[in-house]
Amino acid sequence: MIDIRPPIKATNMKKHHALQHLLKRLQKQPKTLAPFVSLLLILSVTALITPGFLEIKFVNGHLYGSLIDILHRGTPTALVALGMAVVIGTRGIDLSVGAVIAISGAVTAVLTVNTDWPVWIVIACALGSGLVCGLWNGLLVSIFNIQPIVATLILMVAGRGIAQMITEGQIVTFHSTALNAIGNEFFLAFPIRVWIALGMIILTIVVMRKTSLGLFIEAVGANVRASRLVGIEARLLVLSAYIFSGFCAALSGIIIAADIRGADANNAGLWLELDAILAVVLAGASLAGGRIYLGLTIIGVLIIQTLTTAILTSGLPVQYNLVVKATIILAVLLIQSPTTRQWLSKRFQSKRRQNPKKGQNSTSSQNHGRADQ
Amino acid sequence: MIDRSIRQHLSWFDTLKQHLLTTVLCVALPVCSVSASAESLTIGFSQIGSESGWRTSETESIKAEAERRGYNLKFSDAQQKQENQIKAVRSFIAQGVDGILLAPVVETGWDQVLKEAKRAHIPVVLVDRGVDANPDLYLTKVASDFREEGALAASWLAAKTNGKCNIVELQGTVGSSAAIDRKAGFDAVISNFPNMKIIRSQSGDFTRAGGKEVMESFLKAESNPKKDICALFSHNDDMALGAILAMKEAGIKPSKDILVVSIDGVPDIFKAMMDGESNATIELNPHLGAPAFDAILAYRAGKTVPKWIKANGPLYLPDTAAAEYNKRK
Amino acid sequence: MAPHSNVKDHSRTTSDHRSALLEIRSLSKSFTGVQALNAVSLQVNKGEIHALLGENGAGKSTLIKVLTGVHPRDEGDIKLDGRAIHARDSGHAQQLGISTVYQEVNLIPSMSVTENLTLQQQEKSFGLINWKKADARARALLARVGLENIDPSRQLDRYSIAIQQLIAIARALSNEAKLLILDEPTASLDASEIKQLFSLMTQLKNQGMGIIFVTHFLDQVYDITDVITVLRNGECVGTFPTASLSRSDLVSHMVGKSLDDLATSSDHQATGKPQNTLLTMQCVGKQRFLHPLDLTIHAGEIVGVAGLLGSGRTELCELAYGSTKPDQGLITLQPESSAKPTAEPTSLIQKSLRQTIQSGMGYCPEDRKLDGIVAELSIRENMILALQASKGWWRSIAMSEQKKLVDDMIKRLAIKTPDMDKPVGELSGGNQQKVILARWLITHPKLLILDEPTRGIDIGAHHEIIQIMQELCEQGMGLLVASSELEELVMFAHRVVVMKDHHKVAELRGSNVSEQAILHTIAS
Repeated sequence: MIDIRPPIKATNMKKHHALQHLLKRLQKQPKTLAPFVSLLLILSVTALITPGFLEIKFVNGHLYGSLIDILHRGTPTALVALGMAVVIGTRGIDLSVGAVIAISGAVTAVLTVNTDWPVWIVIACALGSGLVCGLWNGLLVSIFNIQPIVATLILMVAGRGIAQMITEGQIVTFHSTALNAIGNEFFLAFPIRVWIALGMIILTIVVMRKTSLGLFIEAVGANVRASRLVGIEARLLVLSAYIFSGFCAALSGIIIAADIRGADANNAGLWLELDAILAVVLAGASLAGGRIYLGLTIIGVLIIQTLTTAILTSGLPVQYNLVVKATIILAVLLIQSPTTRQWLSKRFQSKRRQNPKKGQNSTSSQNHGRADQ
Repeated sequence: MIDRSIRQHLSWFDTLKQHLLTTVLCVALPVCSVSASAESLTIGFSQIGSESGWRTSETESIKAEAERRGYNLKFSDAQQKQENQIKAVRSFIAQGVDGILLAPVVETGWDQVLKEAKRAHIPVVLVDRGVDANPDLYLTKVASDFREEGALAASWLAAKTNGKCNIVELQGTVGSSAAIDRKAGFDAVISNFPNMKIIRSQSGDFTRAGGKEVMESFLKAESNPKKDICALFSHNDDMALGAILAMKEAGIKPSKDILVVSIDGVPDIFKAMMDGESNATIELNPHLGAPAFDAILAYRAGKTVPKWIKANGPLYLPDTAAAEYNKRK
Repeated sequence: MAPHSNVKDHSRTTSDHRSALLEIRSLSKSFTGVQALNAVSLQVNKGEIHALLGENGAGKSTLIKVLTGVHPRDEGDIKLDGRAIHARDSGHAQQLGISTVYQEVNLIPSMSVTENLTLQQQEKSFGLINWKKADARARALLARVGLENIDPSRQLDRYSIAIQQLIAIARALSNEAKLLILDEPTASLDASEIKQLFSLMTQLKNQGMGIIFVTHFLDQVYDITDVITVLRNGECVGTFPTASLSRSDLVSHMVGKSLDDLATSSDHQATGKPQNTLLTMQCVGKQRFLHPLDLTIHAGEIVGVAGLLGSGRTELCELAYGSTKPDQGLITLQPESSAKPTAEPTSLIQKSLRQTIQSGMGYCPEDRKLDGIVAELSIRENMILALQASKGWWRSIAMSEQKKLVDDMIKRLAIKTPDMDKPVGELSGGNQQKVILARWLITHPKLLILDEPTRGIDIGAHHEIIQIMQELCEQGMGLLVASSELEELVMFAHRVVVMKDHHKVAELRGSNVSEQAILHTIAS
């Protein structure tokens, strides 16, 4: 058979194939691809609106630019989302992370101001406060069988009060070179806190995937009864998930306090739990437990933080901030919705069917391509 | 010296200030005349709660003023709940107090209880916030005028920069009356100066972290922030404190490369002024006890009382910062 | 008759005089690469009970789902009453006249019977729900399925699964159904309830309704149906009048091979030679759960547990495994005789399930969906779960090792799947059961407890699973198998424990193991 089609058409066909391939990939593993696509889309649109958004300069031995800001600002949410993902994997939810951030920040600030303990002890105490909060949540959920949303709501409300008691209602300002470094200084061109978060992320992924902890957590979240029958200690697992979440929130709280060199019990980490939950969901996890995607959760965090930073640099009038943010998040969620995907692939298929000749051509070009190889 | 330069450049500012002075005076005048009678009153005070340092100092200031005057002050903390406040006001009415001070937690839902007080001929003075009710139902409102705070900040800035300045603005929580009115007051003044303009404006939600994050993005958005930004106007001190950190981290000297003016007068901003990192703050006046008690005395003396007694705080500059900081510590 | 003969509709002669109700012509449906239905044609007439039979993955469920609009079809025509229909979803299908009752009761357990029955069509007065009228209609619907004594205001889950099933049928009839599809409706019904259901079906048939009846109970097929259509591998093997199709031919059509292969291994009863004692239960019981009983299981022995629904079969399995801890008695598991013949037997009651599994026990629960599979996780993860849990989370099995174990199991148990990373929830019931079986085989247990291993799966998989059990037994494993299917139980069990009212009433062995003897024990 002689191919008499002009070459330009062949490239069209190739594009057609690339699209088809993409759609197939989306259909097969849509959850892994969609967050990346969304993030790239948001970044490129922002770059069009705000020239220089993607620019990264080298200033005073470190990187400088909006993209670095996104990483820098995203660290607290990323840490919280990491813990949240694990908790959501066990079919739970942790609403108290914002309050734990306030507590750990308050502990950090008050101990720095009122004692002359070395900074590592202060940090250990702050992290310890997070572990205790996590233990409390975990006990309520796993031992007393209180529904997670209610159990953690208790600390969500009370925790901020505890933080206010620690700071006596004031914003406690402190000065500490080590904490300041955690909040704002750079190491190897990147902010130190980004390295801390990266370390936590890698550690978590390794522990979850290289041991069977991830499998067990997902199994418990997806079917706790079946998991129990194969000998998995669901209670202990759920308890540790909440403790881990408390630890992540406390670490995040130290970074937030170090950032502003003060503990703001009323506002530190306020509503951060919602951003964290959103990030986990953007990654494709279900609030009904089961599969979690740690790497994609971080992509979800970056999507949210990119939006925030992009809106701040765009010069958009303030009153539009929230609506614009919500609209874009909605669009991202719609891209990920199975219904949209089905609709898209159906449209795509019906187009192909309407033009069977084109479809034939594309198969023949595929064959042709193979013969060439 | 600054005062002098303000007067030189802004003849209209005199009128503004005069207006301020007369407001204060016309409230202050009856004070001397009536307080001489040294009548001991019983006053009920329903406070919202103690959610911020400012509110705590407001409570303490009113308590201290009552003690100074030898009044019997019945204090009730509503813990952020309107129902508790209504209960407290009703109990004050039942006790037959001479006057009631009310710091309303929300604007609506007060008509009924205010009517009850009116029927009992007990004057109600609203402190630091207004209500959405018929003005006949209460005696007066003693509160700051956020517009004037914004206007004062703008006036100072105009004087300092000779009416030529590119300003970045940190707004408070979107939709809050403090954010709306402080912005409006500020905008009204700078509209008189063609060379003063707000080049960027974003909300930092009245928080330190918010102020820092937004300021960082402002600095990133300008190619040469030291040159392109002349001043920062922040709707509260906390956001300004966050922004000062952001400037320092970007290698910019706050108060030198970029002027900083903010509102509230929290202790930490005085500390910042002492360290040469901020230029001016306007105090949100917590000392509302004296004007409120005076209004009640004026009412008892049969005088008419204006429906809004503006109790604005002064503008503080670095020269008095150390003294003010120690006072508040 | 050759299984692959192209007999499609040619053999049907009886019901041609009746008018066609449902006509399906060359219906096809594929899911990402798998052809679930391939040009299937089928005709159901008015006043006909039509059996739809086939193995796991034959395409029965897909056919029903396409018919009711759950899945869109790829190609083909569906006509109801001579008019082409395209159901958008199951609600639309009901409006068109196709009502379906699924194997898993499709009602809301926490709502009242009335609410369940009138959910789709509420009785309204002045825009508000009139509960009096709703109750009355619910009562009328219940009366139609012979449930006059049910209080419709009570919560649905207060009633047994069997009653719930009948209520589900009542709801299906509440719409003006022309065609009723019953998907495994008898799986959880006892004999008298089945009788009740069948008389209802006959009554509906006489009213001119067409009924598609999906089941794996062949007796019931011959009891009630007029016509049989057999599907295999997504294709229609043929449609036959029930009266003229022999059982062995039917099974051959379904399995695609002769029944003789399956029958040969069935008379082994005497061959099983009990060896060493594996599990000893002494006076094990739990208050209001199971009356104390003694039981011993030896290596290389299958012990059956028989009894009616609710007799204590499942309870016995749970206590033996330890998923429910007994409040009295002693359970001991003998360590492997070859290794340490004199070692102390391990007592299990105080131990965690993980320790129980480590000492060599496995348990396939009765409710596959709720207690067995982790639907979201892949076949590989599901299979590896028990072994991994017994090792602990920190001693992860290497991926290459996992793949090898799982691959072996997929081959050994002939699990039908394109790859091992497919979520288990997407497999058919029989294959899911095999995955759970594989999960335990990977742990090399000494004793396997199986509760209803063949429930809800069809005849081909039945025989495969029974064959696997027998092989395991020959290799020296001990098995405790609870089943409601006596015919099967007597085929493979060396001993049968008969349960009644939460008591062990008899233990039949050797030549005493027969359906008749069991039924006699239960009845006495």
